Amino acid sequence: MKTPLYDVHVGLGARMAPFGGWDMPIQYEGILAEHQHTRTVCGLFDICHMGEFELSGPTAEADLERLLTQSVKSIAIGQCKYGFLLNDKGGVIDDLTCYRLAADQFMLVVNAGTRAGDAEWIANRLSPGTRFQDISAWTGKLDIQGPQSRARLEEALGTPLPELKYFHFTRMTLFGQNCLLSRTGYTGEWGYELYMPIESTRMFWDKCLAAGRMKPVGLGARDTLRLEVGYPLYGHELNERQSPVSAFGKNFIETGKDFIGRSGVMIDLDKGTPRVLVGLTLGSKRAARAEDAIVVGGKTVGVVTSGSLAPSLGVAVAMAYLDRAHAQPGSVVEVEVKGTRLPATVTALPFYKDGTARKKAD
Amino acid sequence: MDTPRNLKYTNSHEWVRVEGKQVVVGITDFAQDQLSDLTYVELPTVGDSFSGQEEVAVVESVKAASDVYAPISGTITAVNNGLLDRPELINTDPYGEGWLFKMLPDDATELESLMDADQYDQSMPDEE
Repeated sequence: MKTPLYDVHVGLGARMAPFGGWDMPIQYEGILAEHQHTRTVCGLFDICHMGEFELSGPTAEADLERLLTQSVKSIAIGQCKYGFLLNDKGGVIDDLTCYRLAADQFMLVVNAGTRAGDAEWIANRLSPGTRFQDISAWTGKLDIQGPQSRARLEEALGTPLPELKYFHFTRMTLFGQNCLLSRTGYTGEWGYELYMPIESTRMFWDKCLAAGRMKPVGLGARDTLRLEVGYPLYGHELNERQSPVSAFGKNFIETGKDFIGRSGVMIDLDKGTPRVLVGLTLGSKRAARAEDAIVVGGKTVGVVTSGSLAPSLGVAVAMAYLDRAHAQPGSVVEVEVKGTRLPATVTALPFYKDGTARKKAD
Repeated sequence: MDTPRNLKYTNSHEWVRVEGKQVVVGITDFAQDQLSDLTYVELPTVGDSFSGQEEVAVVESVKAASDVYAPISGTITAVNNGLLDRPELINTDPYGEGWLFKMLPDDATELESLMDADQYDQSMPDEE
């Protein structure tokens, strides 16, 4: 599938590649430059591939409470919360953000590759009074991320933006279009996710780039940015075969309510999972990659889920599932990279600690 | 893409320049462009011997690691240690400062089996 900006990306000389069923821009001028621009100024990302669902009706809150791990009742109008959609055993079907648009109206933002499965899972488990719509096909999404995001987006839109706390949003009419502006993101920097009618995506993209100083950023840098701050990528750190407990403990899970998959989650919380998600810092710029084995004394004790040079740190880092006995920060392991064993040290996440995402307003 | 006329090429995108009895080896402009921002290079040790098509070096970008193969059989006589701190030289000057290693060929007639610039250009996938 192609986003409304496909031709624009090709025109900008982007390198395109498949991702989650979409033909997406991986990089424009280069991953390192785009990464650096996002960390220091502001990057613009085409995120139209992600899915959006709308749920409404008097039973919507109760249905979502049962479907999602996060506490839905505690989400105020204008607020959103991150959590998981689990299968009956507690395995992760998807990680997603739940927005409360009104007392009985919600939006879920889900991954591209899992959208269709999520929609089916959710739609089959709703009360008759809950209305479900997959609004992905008519919802455009641009992410504006970086320490200068607010000023750069105000410049692009020609209007001041309201104060928004982290994980809060507002609905706005911009250039006659009904938009939703959310202070969230996937880079660890201050920034926004802007949702708009799909046919206006191109107009907003052009206005952002025309203002100057915002640069287009592809999925390559999106991946290095999220890795540096320890955010999970579905299919790498999260999957249907295991509960989110080995990655995040009880974070993003409201254990005091009933939800699908809760029994599996509670067993993992009570007994502790054999492996846990850790950060690894390698000894050089040579990167470990997903699926690389982690060994200690000749014995396999873990597996890498994501790995790359961390451009902001100048050293390779990885996320990995590691046997609990080796998982404490400072523990030294080896990663088997193409036949070579590279030393790596367990490191508390995030690797990159200077992100501006939670910074107070200027 | 730039394909200097005076070099020899492999189908795995190494270039070879004859310098007296030695050859200088690097990766082509096409290869560096495909890999994009190079972040790490692993070079062989001087004195090591390799057969043709054997893995000699690793060049790594943000997204992936790629092997570099010996274009012919021979012994490593020099490596470009400048790349260890500045792997981006391969991106900016693939046929110059971005050279990887030098070899003394076991049998110089092996060079005749390599492609010339026209053959290399024709072997390229159709792009753009």
